[in-house]
Amino acid sequence: MLLASFVLTGRGLGASGAFKLVEAQAIHAVNPTWAEENGNIGSFFRPGHLALDEWIVFLASGVFLGGLVSAFAARRIRHETIRGPRIRIENRWVLAVIGGIMSGFAAQLARGCTSGQALTGGAQLALGSWAFMFSVFGGAYALAWFVRREWI
Amino acid sequence: MDGPLSVVLKFPHALEMVAAVAIGLGFGFVLERAGFGRADNLAAIFYGRDFRVMRVMFSAIVTAMIGLYMLDLFGILAVSSIGVIDTYLLPQILGGLLLGGGFIVGGYCPGTSLVGAASGKSDAMLFLAGLVGGSAIFTFGYDSFAPLQNATAMGRLLINEYLHVSSGIVVFGVALFAVACFWLVSKIEWRVNRSLV
Repeated sequence: MLLASFVLTGRGLGASGAFKLVEAQAIHAVNPTWAEENGNIGSFFRPGHLALDEWIVFLASGVFLGGLVSAFAARRIRHETIRGPRIRIENRWVLAVIGGIMSGFAAQLARGCTSGQALTGGAQLALGSWAFMFSVFGGAYALAWFVRREWI
Repeated sequence: MDGPLSVVLKFPHALEMVAAVAIGLGFGFVLERAGFGRADNLAAIFYGRDFRVMRVMFSAIVTAMIGLYMLDLFGILAVSSIGVIDTYLLPQILGGLLLGGGFIVGGYCPGTSLVGAASGKSDAMLFLAGLVGGSAIFTFGYDSFAPLQNATAMGRLLINEYLHVSSGIVVFGVALFAVACFWLVSKIEWRVNRSLV
């Protein structure tokens, strides 16, 4: 898949960019002037161009659909919360949000997430992407002991 | 071939977006099939119980890497014609550490949470909401974070260029490294799971 993406379009995979665009669009809906003048997201808003009309947003929609198709075909669609046996469901929900916030911030700082940086950049042999990948494993192993009750 | 198909054939915007959905579909399907739509499967690697995540990830990287450099070698698609991710060493290391933290605390990474949400997992949907929130925090404080994000900019830098060796050596080295990891994690899995019984 990754190789096909390179050959077809010259671009790798990525997910976090789509969240950045959704976030930017939401801010723009509330305060267009502020969004257009922001150094981080301002460039997304050009006259005559829809900010969400981007490759990465379509890719993310595809990922969602692909997951849906696979889960549906395997009859795995169930409304549930995944957690270890020792954590209350409310706490798991809170930690899920906190983890999301950490990741959303981190993906902006590093300019990508697991798919964009580690997979795509890793296959290209980009130096920074390999540093990123080892850091992800490092960060997760460092915190794993502290949140072990969440999972095991 | 002078570049990726979309450039050579001058894909119109709409067709490029259709290709994006198609590639995403494949990616999402594979992720779900591999069990990556469930946080417990993903977290298991960090307790030494199940290294499926690492196996799939490294397999994907090595396959794509070998394919990419083969295409380059045969002059079909030059690595120089595709968008290589620029290196900003410090923010990538810090961002990586934080993303890893978010991974074990939240149970997903951005891509897998999409798949988790698609199969109905409440925790994945909350993680998604957190992602948008965390992304917004960065945007609101952009003026403070920008210097860090742009620190240690090294541009387009491949490992083989950094080490001043040919790309073939690094490709071979990475493939060897992946095989060594597979062997090592099998040992770890065996020991951990034996201790649990």
